[in-house]
Amino acid sequence: MSSNAITIPGAQIEARPCVDELHLWLTTVDHKRLGILYILSALLFLVIGGVEALVIRIQLMHSHNNFVSPEVFNRMFTMHGTTMIFFVAMPVLFGFANYLVPLMIGARDMAFPRLNAFSFWLSFLGGLLLYFSFLGGSGLYGAGSAPDVGWWSYAPLGARAFSPGHSSDYWTLTLLVSGFGSIGTAINIIATILCLRCPGMKINRMPLLVWMNLVMAGMVLLAITPLSAAQIMLLIDRYLGGHFFDTQAGGSAVLWMHFFWIFGHPEVYVLIIPCFAFMSEIIPVFSRKPIFGYPVMVAATVCIGFVSMSVWAHHMFTIGMNSYANSFFTLTTMAVGVPTGIKIFNWIGTMWGGRIQFKTPMLFSIGFLFQFLIAGLTGIMMAASPFDWQLSLSYFVVAHFHYVIVGGILFALFAAFYYWYPKMTGRMLSELLGKWHFWLFLIGFHLTFDVMHIPGVLGMPRRIYTYEPGRGWDTLNFIITIGAFIQALAILVFVTNLVISYLKGAQAGNDPWDAWTLEWSIGSPPPVYNFVTVPTVASRRPLWDLKHPEDPDSRYE
Amino acid sequence: MDSGREPAQVYGSMQIELAWTIIPTLIVVVLFLATARVIHAIQDAPKPAGALDVIAIGHQYWWEFRYPKLGIVTANELHIPVSDPGHPRPTFLQLLSADTDHSFWVPQLAGKTDLIPNHPNRMWMDPQRTGVFLGQCAQYCGTQHAKMLLRVSVDGPEDFASWVHAQQKLAVEDAAAIAGRRVFERNACMNCHVVAGTPADGRFGPDLTHLMSRATIAAGAAENTHKNLRLWIQDPSVIKPGSLMPAMKLSDADLDAVVSYMETLR
Repeated sequence: MSSNAITIPGAQIEARPCVDELHLWLTTVDHKRLGILYILSALLFLVIGGVEALVIRIQLMHSHNNFVSPEVFNRMFTMHGTTMIFFVAMPVLFGFANYLVPLMIGARDMAFPRLNAFSFWLSFLGGLLLYFSFLGGSGLYGAGSAPDVGWWSYAPLGARAFSPGHSSDYWTLTLLVSGFGSIGTAINIIATILCLRCPGMKINRMPLLVWMNLVMAGMVLLAITPLSAAQIMLLIDRYLGGHFFDTQAGGSAVLWMHFFWIFGHPEVYVLIIPCFAFMSEIIPVFSRKPIFGYPVMVAATVCIGFVSMSVWAHHMFTIGMNSYANSFFTLTTMAVGVPTGIKIFNWIGTMWGGRIQFKTPMLFSIGFLFQFLIAGLTGIMMAASPFDWQLSLSYFVVAHFHYVIVGGILFALFAAFYYWYPKMTGRMLSELLGKWHFWLFLIGFHLTFDVMHIPGVLGMPRRIYTYEPGRGWDTLNFIITIGAFIQALAILVFVTNLVISYLKGAQAGNDPWDAWTLEWSIGSPPPVYNFVTVPTVASRRPLWDLKHPEDPDSRYE
Repeated sequence: MDSGREPAQVYGSMQIELAWTIIPTLIVVVLFLATARVIHAIQDAPKPAGALDVIAIGHQYWWEFRYPKLGIVTANELHIPVSDPGHPRPTFLQLLSADTDHSFWVPQLAGKTDLIPNHPNRMWMDPQRTGVFLGQCAQYCGTQHAKMLLRVSVDGPEDFASWVHAQQKLAVEDAAAIAGRRVFERNACMNCHVVAGTPADGRFGPDLTHLMSRATIAAGAAENTHKNLRLWIQDPSVIKPGSLMPAMKLSDADLDAVVSYMETLR
């Protein structure tokens, strides 16, 4: 190339670092860059979905508020839910899985690097497609037509009779496109873990993070496929005269519910199991002890994977199933609490007798433990279907699942950010800003979601854009809104921390936390090829063995 | 870091693991058995002979209530008799939907059950004290899901009997309101609403035969006052944006006449 370059006298050929860098990121097949792209796209959508949440909260601040119209409000909660699940939670977890799994098993990349890139771009472009609906549709009031059918788009609301424009088509196509991306990533994770482990990394020596991502990927395959099938059936209904879910022509609304929730409930575990994975790596390191009961943790994860495929209809206790079906799903739902409880006990067992270091990742991990426990307990409450007949579809449920998703998943994710950011960037995140972030978010979270249980018990249904005065809901909703803004402030601190620390953070070095898994044996950020020589491991904590040759783990396994 | 300061490395304990597996399993078994008993008691409860039958039909965004054995049709405000343990008189609801999914929820009277098209459901209530109980649609059903409110009036035996008696009558014929009735029947109003005993027999909107016996209009979105009624007929979207009732663009004179006619429908 250079030999053919034409030199023009007096003119310099500019180096184009920005363009080259952009080109590199757009065409990369490196699992680390793709992981970071996943995470960055998720952060972008987190901010957008968060703004939507604030719009919802301002509107509900007091009764008969007129901040937005009902049409806009309905779009906001639909877009908020769809965005947070499909374009924040899943991509950010796939991002961490992409980044960490090959490093932790001593591989140089994922099994299918090009499929990896393809999956990321499908997922990201799915998100853009969803937001294009604001501009691209021919909606009410000429203001675009974002989907307004709720994030589960119950039939027949999504049928053409009730959603005549293209708004729900955007929703359908978006989930179809990003769903294919998710399936690609799941196949990739499974193939990588099964085929690319370094010498000595037997399946019972894999870090728990790898185990849990293996289970998560298997669940993605089983959960996303019925969702994609349902979306195709819905398209057939809407455009080819099918009647699967078209109740006006004898179709079944209940069939859609089954399709959606046989995706929807495993999805919760698809999101939470990678968070269990973060906890299972972070808590041992900051307790200075190995994970308590490794084989039991693996067994509990696999058990959750199986049982959680048979609990979906607990989302449907109010649809009039018979007493046997209700009893069955009550039993399975309560049963899934046992392996989940085992995990919580094992994390506490890990901390027990440890020398706990209260760094920011550990603070978020402890927050996770408390909040996930409470979320699990309200989950058991609602597993009792007679109780759920009261609380289902109310703000109690909204509080419950935000306890899981924000109090559990998001707290675990923040722990993961603080823990692995040094590996990804070579810089430490600021501990001071990290503590501000933690405490602000903790206060905001509890103000919002603790209080939110109460209006649900008092009879406030979800998805209402306004409510009548005199029901006793006003003050509670006002407090909830204040909490939401404190959380938004904490997110602002977090993003500031990400940016400032990237520019000015302390150098991290290879192993800032004195940790034990393979990713800490190489540079921060790791080179493109990850490992100069493929490592050989002899135990579950290869770096412990290196650091403690006098007392290696390999002696006990 | 000084490795001498690392705490004792403990890898697990099978006894402890067994303990925190078996004990929660036993708790789950007990919880499940207790729950299954309640599920059975509620869902498989036999219907006593004296039970009242009501068909509730969900519409975007209002409730239709039909009492098949009593020949009553009303909307949004359900009247049921109080029950007492000596003479149980529960109300059994059959739940249907005319369009999208809805959910019948009056927290103080019973848990919620969805109204799903092509999927008839049932539920029952057995209120032990009189009063008005508030509820609303709990399953997102479209733009105005929020203002699909619901009132259940639990009446003493005499009150209920007299309410039934009044509701069974045809609409009051009041010669003074004949102008309003003409407007009502000349416009599209009659295509959607029933006024029993007149040619108005539309089924799309609420039955208006005894409109003035109800405390609210627009599925509970506004009190049933002269001012609100006039505003509602003039432009429903002011009270309830997204409501499927069209603004009829009546002249002021016609509007006043229709409102006067409505106010005779006791």
